Amino acid sequence: MTLYLKNIFNDAGNVTQFTLRFFKELFKPPFQFREFIRQCFVVGYKTLPLISITGFIMGLVLTIQSRPTLLKFGAESWLPSMVSLSLIREIAPVVTALICAGKIASGIGAELGSMKVTEQIDAMEVSAINPYKYLVVTRILATTLMVPLLVIYADFIGIYGGYVGYNIHGSMTLFRYFSDVLEHLEFLDFFPAVIKTFFFGFFIGLIGSYKGFNASNGTASVGIAANEAVVAASLSVFIIDMMAVQLTDLFF
Amino acid sequence: MKAKPIIAISNLYKSFGKNEVLKGINLTVNDGENLVILGRSGSGKSVTIKCLVGLVQADKGKIQIFDEEVTTLNNDDLNYIRMSIGFMFQNGALYDSMSVRQNLTFTLKHHTQNLAEEEIEIKIIEALESVGLAEAIDKMPAELSGGMKKRIALARAIIIKPKIILYDEPTSGLDTITSREISELILSVQKKYKTSSIIITHDMACAKMTGNRILILKEGQINAEGTYVELEKSKDEWVHSFFI
Repeated sequence: MTLYLKNIFNDAGNVTQFTLRFFKELFKPPFQFREFIRQCFVVGYKTLPLISITGFIMGLVLTIQSRPTLLKFGAESWLPSMVSLSLIREIAPVVTALICAGKIASGIGAELGSMKVTEQIDAMEVSAINPYKYLVVTRILATTLMVPLLVIYADFIGIYGGYVGYNIHGSMTLFRYFSDVLEHLEFLDFFPAVIKTFFFGFFIGLIGSYKGFNASNGTASVGIAANEAVVAASLSVFIIDMMAVQLTDLFF
Repeated sequence: MKAKPIIAISNLYKSFGKNEVLKGINLTVNDGENLVILGRSGSGKSVTIKCLVGLVQADKGKIQIFDEEVTTLNNDDLNYIRMSIGFMFQNGALYDSMSVRQNLTFTLKHHTQNLAEEEIEIKIIEALESVGLAEAIDKMPAELSGGMKKRIALARAIIIKPKIILYDEPTSGLDTITSREISELILSVQKKYKTSSIIITHDMACAKMTGNRILILKEGQINAEGTYVELEKSKDEWVHSFFI
């Protein structure tokens, strides 16, 4: 039990140090701008197909599943606004972040873990290249910036999926559907939901990098790093979401 | 006149938990000299050179490189020293997401600012020609054999024109012919670039060919020192066992 607690406190200390180092290195030149752009491409662009499919299905399914209930209350006309509100406030940010946790955090964990095991990180260090700045800072920055953009993209695709779902049983033009959605949307529906996605992105990058960068030697540790990165990043998404909802409820 | 030591290690200790790996290592490497370190697995050979470049923090002892005490240096000053050191890892440690060209460019660009693209290209070709692999310039590390990876790793080490090169088991996992080729390369690099080197190896042929002087480590301490010929004649049974 004592050893278990000791390990937990050790881990907490190491993660804190790792995070503080990120903020320290972030503002210190030289800036690895090219690698940051490459990571944005890897994190953002390469995740687009996955987000497109899941975003569309989210909107479509939510519309089809909600329709019978709203019909019972004669509130079918509320369907576009209800679906868009659910998507923008909660479903799109959380589902997109979970997909990113699965795809990106595990990818970062496995990539950095493999680099650690094959001494590539050591090779950078002895070449006087700061591996933390080159590998970690760029990845965390990329996820922090790209996850919110992916969420906003998923919002639009999801709403479009809702439009397609609506037209399976009903009939409405795309213009009217989007007008209906925008009419019921307020800035405060959108703003807190986007803010929390920056934190989702930050923690997905941070956890993936931490697990990979601290992988122990041996090929098995690469798999362990990837697996732990997914589990911890997914859990962090739910915890941040819970805190964000409480704070939003408190202030708005 | 005695050559000036470029590396001087004195009383170096390192433990991992309860496992004492280095127990008071003392060694020097003279300017232009190739020092071979032999020893059984786990005797502390790799840890010694990793302490030299700050990859492993020594518990106790002094490490001087170019008369600079490196154990007390901050990271920026240590990086300045590292810019004069090439390190060839056991498995090459090539960046596997980059091509051979990018592996070399990446290292070079971090060492020399404001270098024109043409100059970079010339230096890359020169380094690859030195290891006889100019044709592999656009290959990915996954497309290279073990011997080729080591040669590219050597090219990456020499592209920065280091004064010191540290080789961690340069011939391990290679066939006899390729091992000999790597040993010949180590010698040609020493001559061409006037480097001082520490070569960690289990390969006696490599030790014989490349070493101006040989140290034998036993359980974290230096057990014997001399030239290949001197050690080969040693009456110490343990030392002699390396030469059978």
